[in-house]
Amino acid sequence: MKTETLPGDIRRGDGETVLPWWRQRKRQHIDGCTLWFCIMGAAIVGITVLALANIAMTELADPVHLLEVAASSEVLGSILLTFGAGASAVLLLILFGTPLAYVLARSRPSRFKGFVESIVDIPLILPHTVAGLLVYLLFMRRGWLGAPLSDIGIAFEDAFPGTVVAMLFVASPFFINTMREGFEKVPVHLENVARTLGAGTFTTFRTVTLPLSLRHMYNGAIFAWGRAIGEFAGVIMIAYYPFIISTLIYYSFTTDGIRTSRSIAFVVIVVSLAVFYLLRRMTRHLGRYDDRV
Amino acid sequence: MAIIEAHSIRKSYGSLEVLHDVDLSVQEGEILGLIGPSGSGKSTLLRILDLIEPSDGGALSLFGIDVVAERGRWLDLRRRMGMLFQRPIVFNASVYDNVAMGLRYRGASSDDIDRRVKEALEAVGLSRYIGSRATDLSGGEQQRVALSRVLVTDPEILFLDEPTANLDPGSTATIEAIVARLNREEGTTVLISTHDLSQGQRLAHRVAVMIEGTVAQAGSPREIFHEPRDQKIARFVGVQNIIPGRVVSRKEGLTTVEAGGRQIVSTTPPPAEEVTVVIRGEDISLHRREPGYEEAENLFPATVTSIEPTAPFVNVTVHCGCDLVALVTARRAEALGLAAGMQVWVSLQAKAVHLIPREGPG
Repeated sequence: MKTETLPGDIRRGDGETVLPWWRQRKRQHIDGCTLWFCIMGAAIVGITVLALANIAMTELADPVHLLEVAASSEVLGSILLTFGAGASAVLLLILFGTPLAYVLARSRPSRFKGFVESIVDIPLILPHTVAGLLVYLLFMRRGWLGAPLSDIGIAFEDAFPGTVVAMLFVASPFFINTMREGFEKVPVHLENVARTLGAGTFTTFRTVTLPLSLRHMYNGAIFAWGRAIGEFAGVIMIAYYPFIISTLIYYSFTTDGIRTSRSIAFVVIVVSLAVFYLLRRMTRHLGRYDDRV
Repeated sequence: MAIIEAHSIRKSYGSLEVLHDVDLSVQEGEILGLIGPSGSGKSTLLRILDLIEPSDGGALSLFGIDVVAERGRWLDLRRRMGMLFQRPIVFNASVYDNVAMGLRYRGASSDDIDRRVKEALEAVGLSRYIGSRATDLSGGEQQRVALSRVLVTDPEILFLDEPTANLDPGSTATIEAIVARLNREEGTTVLISTHDLSQGQRLAHRVAVMIEGTVAQAGSPREIFHEPRDQKIARFVGVQNIIPGRVVSRKEGLTTVEAGGRQIVSTTPPPAEEVTVVIRGEDISLHRREPGYEEAENLFPATVTSIEPTAPFVNVTVHCGCDLVALVTARRAEALGLAAGMQVWVSLQAKAVHLIPREGPG
């Protein structure tokens, strides 16, 4: 039977007519509840969009000044330092936080476990200045950990290790909790299968549990890195120098005024958006060695 | 020689006691069927025996080695055993990689892995899927992949945790045939947990019944299914007639029991004065008229009270002082022209009547 086909409609081999995407969209029905949820959500997103539009309009109106600030070695160095310190903190978290997350995921509920979980979450609930003070008191030259480490040449006050350790402290719950959720989602019976096949505990972890949790590890690392590079109060307590980007903006704001600090902030926004967008895109290509049970 | 010896094994998860006082002995080269209702602790016991998790107490010896004392040898011992789980669990990789897992964990060479994987897949009839993604196969095929993944490691003891519970009859028969052949040709010791009673009878040389976290009885399939030790076991193994009675006499090797005014003869020596009479429905024969020649020691008239089809058999309840349920084939029921209220003759051999001491109510 011949079917009349409208111009622009796509026909499949079996004769079924498929509408082009722009017409398919029009047919989607959105119920009232979803619509209201979208409107309320838009209010939250709107604040961010407005804030970004506000700073973008002002900065793009004077591109020469913006480029001047963006190209300055002080700003570029500070961005690299911030991102590098954040990445160092995340690497340390992956090394030390992953085993902790696994133990928390696999242990049975107990008072001790609840206590450890509360300690892991402490940086989430503390004011950042308090977190910074805790780190400073522990790692200052006369601190419990700072003193012996300074004896072997690792100084934290106004030094890169101080920045890293402050970032590590505030970012740790983001990584550990995300990683723990990932491990909890790996069914124990998959680990049991590997163990019945002759794998030891670490081999099971390395060949089954970790590959199945890679996405969580990646997402946890991104969350933690984002949290780390955004830290200000926690870092300045122990390492005002070298300037991380937050400190540089604050310093510039208090000495040069709003114009320069706003330009630095805009550069940071653009760079951060680009980096996080790329990192998010990469999750699509992160292989998933999952099961179907 | 006992390859597995377990004594007083117990296991709890928090306040929930899953196993207690488990005693089990498995001989080398035998197939032991572990049967029991869901939640009776079969899977937990298998995990403990396969050293996947420790027990909370008791003594366990595998291959003559005290595993409680030799904790450091668990990985080596586990590599001499294999386990197949109820759900077909395959990893999202090729069939080849799935089957090769155990050999890779043992550090086998790639040539050795290649040869043995191909042999193992040949043995389960899945050679043509060697390059396929394991998750794309059907449930039965996945379970065969999982089985070949275990078999490729040449286990001396094979634990099967309800391996055919989710499979169709064809896949079940294939898995059973592979296991039986493995036991016959390789002498592999097999422990199979199942709630499929007929599978337990088909495969196992010996059967252990687990009830409420302990091994309630172990013995030959005939002992378990025809001479259950108590009422709970009798109910679980599908005995239709569990009737309270009282021993009235014992002479010439026969015990006479009175149940509901009807005297029934049994070959079981009287275990107590107050007893429970245990008779399987399939051991009761029904006749339209009094048989002219009948070897059965028990022969009496009865009235049919109800007929309940349970394909492929028919449960026929007759009243003869006490109620008895006979299991007859649908064709036999049709030939007898059975109907409620009809008079029939019941014949029952004395050796089919098992007596156990009477327990409290329930």
